[in-house]
Amino acid sequence: MVYSYYPGCTLKTKAKELDKNARLCAQALGFTLEEVEAWQCCGAVYPMGTDEIATKLPAVRALHAADEKGQSIVTLCSACHHVLKRVNEDMRQDKDLRTKVNNYIAQEEEPYTYNGEANVLHYLEVLRDQVGFDNLAAKVKNPLAGRKIGAYYGCMLLRPSSVMQFDDPENPTIFEDFIKAIGAEPVVYPYRNECCGGYISLKEKEMAEEMAGKIADNALSKGAEVLITACPLCLYNMDKKTGETLPTVYFTEFLAEALGIKEE
Amino acid sequence: MHGNNDYQQEQIRTISGAEDRKCMKCGKCSASCPSYDSMDIRPHQFVSYLRGGDIDAMLSSKSIWKCISCFACVERCPRDVKPAQIIEAARLMVIRQQGENYLSPDDVPELLDPELPQQLLASAFRKYAK
Amino acid sequence: MQRIGVFVCHCGTNIAGTVDVAEIVEMAKPEPGVVHAAEYPYMCSEAGQNMIINAVKEHNLSGVVICSCSPRMHEATFRKAAEKAGLNPYMVEIANIREHCSWIHKDKAEATQKALTLTRAAIAKVQLNSPLFPDESPVTKRALVIGGGIAGIQTALDIADAGFEVDIVESTPSIGGKMAQLDKTFPTLDCAACILTPKMVDASAHENITLYTYSQVDKVEGFVGDFTVTIRKKARSVDFEKCTGCGACSEKCPSKKSPSEFDQGLCTRPAIYTPFAQAVPNVPVIDREACLKFKTGKCGLCETVCAPKAINFEQEDELVERKYGAVVMATGYEPVSLDKFGEYSYDSSPDVITSLEFERLTNAAGPTGGALTRLSDKRKPKSVTFIQCVGSRDVTQRGKAYCSKICCMYTAKHAMLIKEKYPDIEVNIFYIDVRTPGKAFDEFYRRAEDEYGVRYIKGQVGKVIDNGDHLQIQAVDMLDNKKMELQTDMVVLATAIEPVESAKSIATMLTASIDTNNFMTEAHPKLRPVESPTAGVFLSGVCQGPKDIPETVAQAGAAAAKVIGLLVKDKLMSNPCTAKPDELYCNGCSVCENVCPYGAISYEDCEVNDHGVREVRRVAQVNKALCQGCGACAVTCPSGAMDLQGFSNRQIQAEVDAICR
Repeated sequence: MVYSYYPGCTLKTKAKELDKNARLCAQALGFTLEEVEAWQCCGAVYPMGTDEIATKLPAVRALHAADEKGQSIVTLCSACHHVLKRVNEDMRQDKDLRTKVNNYIAQEEEPYTYNGEANVLHYLEVLRDQVGFDNLAAKVKNPLAGRKIGAYYGCMLLRPSSVMQFDDPENPTIFEDFIKAIGAEPVVYPYRNECCGGYISLKEKEMAEEMAGKIADNALSKGAEVLITACPLCLYNMDKKTGETLPTVYFTEFLAEALGIKEE
Repeated sequence: MHGNNDYQQEQIRTISGAEDRKCMKCGKCSASCPSYDSMDIRPHQFVSYLRGGDIDAMLSSKSIWKCISCFACVERCPRDVKPAQIIEAARLMVIRQQGENYLSPDDVPELLDPELPQQLLASAFRKYAK
Repeated sequence: MQRIGVFVCHCGTNIAGTVDVAEIVEMAKPEPGVVHAAEYPYMCSEAGQNMIINAVKEHNLSGVVICSCSPRMHEATFRKAAEKAGLNPYMVEIANIREHCSWIHKDKAEATQKALTLTRAAIAKVQLNSPLFPDESPVTKRALVIGGGIAGIQTALDIADAGFEVDIVESTPSIGGKMAQLDKTFPTLDCAACILTPKMVDASAHENITLYTYSQVDKVEGFVGDFTVTIRKKARSVDFEKCTGCGACSEKCPSKKSPSEFDQGLCTRPAIYTPFAQAVPNVPVIDREACLKFKTGKCGLCETVCAPKAINFEQEDELVERKYGAVVMATGYEPVSLDKFGEYSYDSSPDVITSLEFERLTNAAGPTGGALTRLSDKRKPKSVTFIQCVGSRDVTQRGKAYCSKICCMYTAKHAMLIKEKYPDIEVNIFYIDVRTPGKAFDEFYRRAEDEYGVRYIKGQVGKVIDNGDHLQIQAVDMLDNKKMELQTDMVVLATAIEPVESAKSIATMLTASIDTNNFMTEAHPKLRPVESPTAGVFLSGVCQGPKDIPETVAQAGAAAAKVIGLLVKDKLMSNPCTAKPDELYCNGCSVCENVCPYGAISYEDCEVNDHGVREVRRVAQVNKALCQGCGACAVTCPSGAMDLQGFSNRQIQAEVDAICR
C-alpha cells in the first residue's frame, strides 16, 4: 500500500527521529510513505474562526495533492493531523468556506476545485486498521517485555471527537493496543488525554509546566516509566518539565526498536 | 456605542460559529478547563458575556491568551455550545486590530531554547499574531 | 344539487382577529349550492350548535360546511349536531380556517383570501358527499397489558377490579419491574417492596388476571375491539404446575457466576434462579446460556435435588394466541448506556456507580445487605458525591435532550438515606438545576440540605479521576466561580433514562407511533394523554415519557379507565370512510394489497357483469373492519378502481379545482 505522507515542519528539523523511524518501520511493515511534493506548513494550529480562509489553504493543497494521486494522506504529528483532518471536514461540510477556498485556488497557476475528497489517516490508524495490531505483534523481533509505558494522547488527536473520529475521546485505547503489540505493558492513567499546555509554553512557561507536571505525576503514580507521544510539542513540554524522572519518547522509536530496525 | 457593541456581538457569533443561546449554564466547560486557574474570565463566562453582549470585557480579558484550544470544553459541553470557539473569536477580534499582536518576532530570540520545536513557534504566531 | 349551509366561526379573536368573517359569509353566499350562510362567535358552543340545527331544519339543508378549527378538534361535535337535526353526519365538511389559516398568517387581507379559498374547497367537496353509514364490530372483553412493572400491575388491577379479564405479558421471570429494585420511595421514604409486593401478590391472585412472565409479544393482528396477539412463553425449563418454589435448585446450582440482572450486575446469581426473594411467580427459570447441562450436557444437579420433579430440560418455547379488545403499553425504561461518558470513569472505576446500582447497594435485600461499601475495596466511604443530569438535557449525539425528571428527587432521597444511616459520611451533590415540582417534593429536597447537611453545589462535573484509594472530582462551583478538586470515595451518577429497546418493535407491531426519543406518542398531548393515536392502544407509565411512581400509578389508573370504557361496549361503530373497489375497473394487479399497511385488502375470484358479459375475474376486496381509511390503495391503484369513501377521487378533484379556480 502506498500513502501520501505529510511530515510537517518539525519532523524535518527538531523531530527527525519521529520521521525517520516511521519511514523505516513502514518499509518493514509493508507500506510506503510518499512525501507530498512541495508541501507547506499547516500552521500547527487549526484556524477555528469561521472566516479564516487563507490559513486553511496549505492544508487544502496537501489534501488535494494526495487525492489527485488517489492516495490516503498519512500524518504523524498530532498537530498536523488535527489541522488536516479538520480542514478536510470543513471542506466537506461548510459550503461557504468551500466556495471561498476554491475561489482562492482558482487564482493559482494550476487551478482545481477541492471538496474534501481526501482520506486523512494518522500513522497509528494505519497500524490499527491497515496493518492490524495482531500482524504488527507477529512482526515484532525484540518485544519490549517488562517496559511500563504510559500513552500520552494529549488533545489534538482525540478532540473534537465528532470530527477527529480517532478513538473514544475520554477512554482511548489505540496507543495502549499499540504498546501491547510491541510487547510492552501499557500503563493507563486518567490524565492521558489532558493537554500539556501546547503553544502556551512559549510565553506562559509556568502554566505549561504546571499542566505537564500534573500529567507526569498522574502517570508516575500509576507506575509509568516512560511516556510515548506522537507530537513534538507534547514531547517538548513534557520533557522540559519531567524529562529526568519520566522521559517522553516518540512512539515510532519504540516501534523501530521492537521491529529490530532502530538505528543507533 | 451600544450599536457598535451589537455589531461586535454578532461578529463574535459569526466568527466563532458557536451558539451561546444553547447554553444551560451547567459550567462543565469551566470544570473541564485546564487553564481555569490562570483565567480572569472563565470559559462559561465567555458564553454568558457573549449572550449578554458584554463584549468589551471579553476583548480586554487576559484569558484569551491563556486558552490552549485543547477542546475539552467543546468535547464535553452537553449543549454543543463550543466555548473554545468563542474565546478564539474574541482573540481574533483583538489581534486583527492594528498593533494588538500579543507576540512579535522581536520577542522570539529570548524565548528560544535549543530543544524548542518549530511547531511551537508556528502555533504561537498563529494564535497570538496576525 | 345539494342545499348547503355555511357556518363561519369567529373562535373569539382566534379566527376573527385575522380573517374577515363577515366577508367570508358574504362571499360564500353566491357559491353553487349554498342557500344559507351565517357567522357566530363560538360555533362549537351550545348556542352555535343550535344555530346549525335550526338552520338545517329551516332551510331544509342537505349539506353543511363549518369554517372553524381543525377537524381533529371539533369534527365529531359538528357531526353530532347535524345528526340531531336529522342529517347524515357525513354530510358535514370542515374548512380549517384556524390552524391552517388565521394562526399562521398575520396579514388580514391575505388570510381572508385564503380562508375563502378553503371555504370554497369545502363547499365543492360537500356537493359530492353522500350519506355514509358505519358498520358495527364486536368487542372482545379482555385486555392485554404489555409490561409487568408498577404501571402494568396497576393498570391490570384496575381493569380486573372492574370485572374484565386482563393478561400481563412480562419479559423477565417475575413481575415487579424497576420499582421492585428500589429501596425507599420519595417523598415519604416508605419502602418500595412494602408497597409493591402486596400489589404483585394481588395481581397474581386476582381471578381476572393471568400472568405471562418470561414471555414476549411475537405478533399482533387486528384492530380495536378485536386484536389477535401471539404470546411467546419462553421455555422456563421448570414445570410451573409442579414447582413449589422451595429454592433447592438455585442453592445447589454449581454455575453461580452470571451477573444478577436484578442487582444490576453488582453480584452474581445461579444459572437456575428467581430474580429476587419476593418474585411473583416464585418459580425459577434456567438461563440456558449459563447452565452447564445446556452448555456441556453434564450436571443436572437441579434435577436431582428437585423433589417434585419440576425440572424439564426438554421444555420448548410455547406460542399462545389470544384475542383482546384493548392493548396497554407499559414497557417502562432502562438507564442509558454510559459507554460514551468516559469522563465520569464509570467503566474504569468500580466506585463510580449509577443511581439504580446505588438503590441495590443501599437496599437491605441487596448484595451488601444494605451496608454502604465501596465495590473496589469493601471500605465504607467517608464521602459520597452525586452527579446529576448524566446524559439528560444533553443535545449531543451521546445524550438525551429531555429531562429525565426523576433524578433530582431520587438523588435527594439517596443523600438522605446515607445521612440517616451514616451521619458521618460527607455528601455532596453537583446539580445544574434542581427540579422538584410535585406535592411535597420541594420540601423533601430542601430537607436534604436544611436538616441533613447535604451540600448542593451548582455546576456540572468535568471529570472524575480514579486515583486508586480515592476519586477526585474536577468541577467548578458556579455560584462562587471557584475551581473544586474534591476528593471523594464514591460517585453516584444520576443516569438518564430511556424507553426499553423492545418498545420500538412492539409499537411497530401495534402500528402505534413513537417519538424521536422512542417514547410512545399520545393521541393528544394534553387532552388524550393515555391513549395512543392507534385506536384500542393505551399508554401507561414511562413508555410514554419520564415519570415517577405517583404519576405512573395515576396514569396507569387513567389508562385502565379508558380500557374499561372501551370494554363495556358490546359493539364499536366503525369509521365508514373506508376504501371501496369498483370490481369493473379492477385489473387484479395486487398493487393495493401490497401497499396496505393494515392487511385489509385481499383478492378473490368473483363473477362480474361487465356490460352484459359475465365472467369470473380476480378482484380486490376490502375488509372494512381492518381498513383505517388511509387512502394508500386509492392513490396507488393504476386503473382508478379503488376509491376512499368520504374522500373520493372526485371529491378531492373538486376541492383542488375550487382552490385553483
